[in-house]
Amino acid sequence: MNENMDITMNIAIKKMKHRVWSVVTGTALMLALSLNVTAVRAADEAADVLVKRISQDVVDTAKADKDIQSGNQAKVLDLVEKKIIPYVDFQRMTELAVSRNWRDATPDQQKALVTQFRSLLIYTYSGALSQVKDQRLEFKPFRAAADDTDVEVRSQVIQARGGQPIQLYYRLRKTGSGWKIYDINILGAWLIETYKGSFNAEINKSGIDGLITVLTAKNAKLAIAYGKKS
Amino acid sequence: MKTSQMLVASVVLLVSGCATVPPDGNVNDPYEHFNRKVFEFNDTVDAIAVKPIAKAYNAVLPSFVQTGITNFFGNIGDSWTMVNDFLQGNVESGVADLARVSLNTIFGLGGIVDFASAANIPRHSEDMGKTLGVWGFPDGPYIVLPLLGPSTVRDTIGTPFDYYGDLWGYTTPVYVRNSGSAVRAVNKRSGLLGATNLLDDAALDKYIFTRDGYLQRRASQVDARIQERQDRIDDAAAAAAVNAVSAVPDEPEK
Repeated sequence: MNENMDITMNIAIKKMKHRVWSVVTGTALMLALSLNVTAVRAADEAADVLVKRISQDVVDTAKADKDIQSGNQAKVLDLVEKKIIPYVDFQRMTELAVSRNWRDATPDQQKALVTQFRSLLIYTYSGALSQVKDQRLEFKPFRAAADDTDVEVRSQVIQARGGQPIQLYYRLRKTGSGWKIYDINILGAWLIETYKGSFNAEINKSGIDGLITVLTAKNAKLAIAYGKKS
Repeated sequence: MKTSQMLVASVVLLVSGCATVPPDGNVNDPYEHFNRKVFEFNDTVDAIAVKPIAKAYNAVLPSFVQTGITNFFGNIGDSWTMVNDFLQGNVESGVADLARVSLNTIFGLGGIVDFASAANIPRHSEDMGKTLGVWGFPDGPYIVLPLLGPSTVRDTIGTPFDYYGDLWGYTTPVYVRNSGSAVRAVNKRSGLLGATNLLDDAALDKYIFTRDGYLQRRASQVDARIQERQDRIDDAAAAAAVNAVSAVPDEPEK
C-alpha cells in the first residue's frame, strides 16, 4: 500500500517538475526571441545576416552573369563597387594596416593612403571574385552576444574541384551606419596583419610618401590590366 | 637517403644559428637575405617550368578528371592526416578520418570519388609540423626551402616525417610512383593558379606577403588545434561533473 502511494507521489512530482521546466524554457525562449527582435531593430540587420546576404548575393550574381564568367573585369569591378563597398570600412582598414606610422602621417597623406589601399583591395577582391565558378559558401554557427560591437563571422568556400574547404572569416564593427567589415581572413591569415608587414617595410625604406608612391604605381598597373581584359 | 641527411644537417645548422641571430623586427626572419634568394629561385623555376605545365594541364584535362586526381591523392594524404590527428590526441578527428579514408577507398573507387565530403566528413589536413606545434615546439625562424617553398624550422623538421608518412612514396613499380608524384605536383599547382595570380595582384612585396601570410596561417592552425584540445579537456571535465551529480539518486526509479 505504502509503496503504491510512493509511486503515485513520485509520478506526480515528476510531472510537476516537467511542467515547471517547460514553463521555464518557454519563458526563456520567448525572452530570447523578444531580445533578438529588439537587437535586429536596433541595428537593422545582424552582422552574420549582413555578411551572408551580401556574399551570397555577389557570388550568385557573378555565377549567373555571362560577361563576368567570360572575364569581363570592368563588370566585376562594378559589382563589387555596388554591393560590397558600402559595407566596408576602408578608413579603419588603412589605419590598422599602417599601424604605428599612422599618427606620423599628415591628413593629406592619410587621405592618399586610404584612397590607394581602397583601390588595391577592390582590385584584389574583384580578382578573387572573377574566379568564382562552381564554389559554394557555407557559414559556421555565429557566436556573439547581443551587445557585442566587434564580431567575427565565419564561413568557408567549398570547391567543386575537391580538396580542402577555403576558410573565409570576416571581422565587423558596429558603427553609426550599421555593421562594417574591416578585416578578412583567408586560409588563416588576416588581410590587415598580412599587409602590415609590407607597409612597415616600405615605410622604413622610403617613408610614408614612398608607400603612397608604391601603392599608386601598383594600382596604375592593375588599372591597365583590368582595362585591357574588359 | 642522402637528401634527407642533408636536410637534417641543414636543420641542425639553422637551429643552432637561431640561438645567436636575433629576430628581425617583430617577424622571426633572421635569414631573410638567404631566404629571398631561394624565394627568387623557386619563383623562377615556377615561372619557367611548373606554372606553364600546370596551365596546360588545366586547359587540357576536363575538370572531372582533375577532381578525380585531386580526390585520389587527397585520400592518400588523409591517411597521414589521420595519423597526425591521433598523434595530436584528437581521437574524434582521427576516427572521422579513418571513416573518411575507408569510405572513399572502398566505395569511392580507391579514393577517386570523395563520398565522405558529401556525407559531411570534410577533408582537413594535418602534418608533422603542426603536430610538433601542438606538442609545444616553437616554430622558430622562417625558412624558404628550395622547391618546397615557405617553412619554419619546426615545419622543416616535420617535412621528412611527412615524406616517409606519404603512402604514395611506397608505391611500386618506381616509374608509376614517379609519374604519379609528378601528376600530383602539377595537379596541386594547377589548383593554385588562381591564388598565385591573386598574390601577384595583391602583394607589394611578394616575399613579405607570402612570408607573413604563411606564418599567420600556420600559427592560427596550431592555435586552433591547441584550443580544440583544451575544449575537449574542459568538456570531458564538465561531463564527468554532470555524471557525478546525476549519479546521486534523488528519487527511486521503481
